[in-house]
Amino acid sequence: MSNITFDVAIVGAGIVGAACADGLARRGLRVVVVDREVVGSGATAAGMGHIVVMDDSEAQFALTRYSQQLWEELRPELPEDVEYQQCGTVWVAADEEEMIEVHRKRDYYGKRGVPTEVLDAQALRIIEPNLRPGIAGGLLVPEDGVLYPPCAARFFIGRAEERGVDLRLGATVEQIGQGRVRLTDGSEISAEVIVNAAGTYAPHLTPGLEIRKRKGHLVITDRYPGFVRHQLVELGYLKSAHSVSGDSVAFNVQPRQTGQILIGSSRQYGAEHKEVDNSVLVRMLERAQEYMPGLARLSAVRTWTGFRAATPDKLPLIGPSTGDRSIFLATGHEGLGITTSLATARLLADQITGTTSEIPIEPYLPSRTVKEQVHA
Amino acid sequence: MPSQARLPQVTVMVNRVPVVVPSGTTVAVAMVLAGQACRTSVTGEPRGPLCGMGICFECQVTIDGKLHCRSCQTLCRQGMELDTEK
Amino acid sequence: MAAAARAAECGVRVGIVDDNFSLGGQIWRSGSGNDQNHDKRNHPEPNVDERNDEPNDDNQNREAARWAHRVRISGVTSLCGLRVVHQPETGVLLAENLDGFCELSYAKLILATGARERFLPFPGWTLPNVMGAGGLQAMVKSGLPIRAKRVIIAGTGPLLLAVAAYLRQQGAEIAVICEQAAWGSLARFGLALCSWPTKILQGLQLKREIAGVPFAASSWPLSAHGDEALESVTISRAGRVEAIPCDYLACGFHLVPNVELPVLLGCALRDGFVEVDDFQQTTVSSVFCAGEPVSIGGVDLALVEGQIAGLAAAERTTEAKAWFGHRQKTRRFAQLLDRTFGLRSELKSLPTPQTIVCRCEDVSYSRLRESTSWRAAKLHTRCGMGTCQGRVCGPAAQFLFEWTPDSVRPPVFPARVETLAAIAGPLELLPSEARGEH
Repeated sequence: MSNITFDVAIVGAGIVGAACADGLARRGLRVVVVDREVVGSGATAAGMGHIVVMDDSEAQFALTRYSQQLWEELRPELPEDVEYQQCGTVWVAADEEEMIEVHRKRDYYGKRGVPTEVLDAQALRIIEPNLRPGIAGGLLVPEDGVLYPPCAARFFIGRAEERGVDLRLGATVEQIGQGRVRLTDGSEISAEVIVNAAGTYAPHLTPGLEIRKRKGHLVITDRYPGFVRHQLVELGYLKSAHSVSGDSVAFNVQPRQTGQILIGSSRQYGAEHKEVDNSVLVRMLERAQEYMPGLARLSAVRTWTGFRAATPDKLPLIGPSTGDRSIFLATGHEGLGITTSLATARLLADQITGTTSEIPIEPYLPSRTVKEQVHA
Repeated sequence: MPSQARLPQVTVMVNRVPVVVPSGTTVAVAMVLAGQACRTSVTGEPRGPLCGMGICFECQVTIDGKLHCRSCQTLCRQGMELDTEK
Repeated sequence: MAAAARAAECGVRVGIVDDNFSLGGQIWRSGSGNDQNHDKRNHPEPNVDERNDEPNDDNQNREAARWAHRVRISGVTSLCGLRVVHQPETGVLLAENLDGFCELSYAKLILATGARERFLPFPGWTLPNVMGAGGLQAMVKSGLPIRAKRVIIAGTGPLLLAVAAYLRQQGAEIAVICEQAAWGSLARFGLALCSWPTKILQGLQLKREIAGVPFAASSWPLSAHGDEALESVTISRAGRVEAIPCDYLACGFHLVPNVELPVLLGCALRDGFVEVDDFQQTTVSSVFCAGEPVSIGGVDLALVEGQIAGLAAAERTTEAKAWFGHRQKTRRFAQLLDRTFGLRSELKSLPTPQTIVCRCEDVSYSRLRESTSWRAAKLHTRCGMGTCQGRVCGPAAQFLFEWTPDSVRPPVFPARVETLAAIAGPLELLPSEARGEH
């Protein structure tokens, strides 16, 4: 076993690493996946599991739309425990000013072939009766969906293993480079190509990576079937995700198939410890209650935190690293890891095998940041 | 020593059927007496109280329309409507 | 109660918070008073001498009444039906009840969160009318008629006998008591009890109370049967398999300490129990802990540890030290319990692949078997992620798979969103609560 040189060694069995393993295995490559914990831990274990097409930038739209379509194609093969539901997203406009944004989004998506529906206050109340009266309206994006990420990661790893992919769990990687992955127990794995899909741990392995940890909080309730039917996000969310520094909370709830409700979201930079920050939790829940007063009396069963891997330009790193060209990066997905995992896997596998991708790859290349410096 | 018959009685509705119990009886006991499950599990099994001390949540009953009440920690009151949770 | 009374008697301002209707926890549960001991508990006679030929329960009732009296007259503020869910900042507890929530600030905190029963899965254990041993007792104390009902008691630990005695006194027909420990262990236990005269007395009394009730050692339930509710139980007894029709199965495998709140507060654990020094102080200097979360040792140890904690929290170190010798002696009983009632490996083979292990999320044994760790199991099957927060399935999974539990996060008990979101609570404490009535 130790004398084999793999075609690809992937560090990280989160949703991105798992999707990459599956994708590369389908192209006949000999792959090994290494993770210090279990399949689907890290941000994959902590996040909501939203599949959403974003209009933040052309590059973000292209990647999320491509990936959302890949998820929809994959749907018939997903097992029950992945809990894939195309419940749609409603971008909630609190007031008339935000309704302007609703129309702008509708136009943006419309021009690019993404179906949407503008909802006025009345129409919104019909489909989401638990939103407070006085909400101006929203934009329904019916093709967005939700799923349960750890089981999705496990599905990809399972398919990969069926094609002969090796899986090493509980193995912490100390160093990667020059065709070798060195573990903390001293052993080494030899591979032509190494993929760093280690999320917030990625900068440890590829020094100089501009990835910062962005902490988030979530709360899950007991079962209240029908209380929330769609993924609900306040339009202010974009302001929160937009700001590159500072702490923020935004109204964001998601229904689970079980009827439980996930309540988010928060973003903090510079928070290192994984304990729940009570002041952030309080602000987040207050914000949520503002939009859905009925949440107040629901029973909250668990709270937890997670760390998103955030890049300065809010786009992930997919492609060869700028140093050692045998190292590829598939990380820095911030809050869009679930959504863009499939597209990431495709683009990565394309680049490793020298295939042309279905969408432009330049915006996500790790070398983009270096280029900017050169031209400055 | 007072026998149960001498204690004041309350009538509660268990799944719309009236059940008479002595005052001071918990909702969980009323459900068991009525032969009704407190809740239905995720895969459809009938469930009743297990721990009796409020930590297992198997005894959750809808009380007067309110979901997820721990019935072993709730006393019966006259006219309460108790429904097995789906 | 012991800790509260002692501290208050030293002139310290004391509050006691309990999730249940009234003080007393599980051992001194008074329930709602519909069983036959209602009068004795609610009309205590603290000055009556203990009568040695009375049922154990009566002695416990008198002890409970004495301490309840001391709690009342020492001016302790009793807050019942109130549940602590979180510590949003050091020295402040967030608690909620059915109506609202409040914050309780403290200089010193004594945790006496007790223990819960350990449940082990076997086919049919999820049927209605299969309950814990203490669980069925609690239900009877809350008004469940048990006269002439057929009950099987199974599992392990001295609780089985105490429950048998109580249920019998209430008129139940106990078909059999199935204790999984072997006769050898039990005999050694019996002999060791000779060092404690009160225990011998309790033992003899118990023996009288359950005289004639079939008792089987090395015995355990194999499966429970019934359509919508329990109808019969199949047990293993001296290698033979027997099916016994019954109305209730009271089954619990000894106790698990409730360490969730201590862990949330940052107290260190050792071997799954809260680590304390001689003064019952945890690794967090303002927090003390006494009773079952420190070691499963029964009422007597809990009483002495509670008193030491109360005195130490009130900074009466000399008075606290006076109890050290008594605690030392009583502690040996805890160690004896450990040795006698350890779980045998046959119990690991009770669940079949379809047997549900996590009752909140209906996760079967076969699905759990595929997982490599508790964390993997939680993530991939949702076992332990349900409403009970792993209190039932966690100890079972730990026994079956030797998985170590992971960290505790708030809330330590399900709490309303509005409670977690609160900074200052609007809950008005009723005047009766402030006066210390319960």
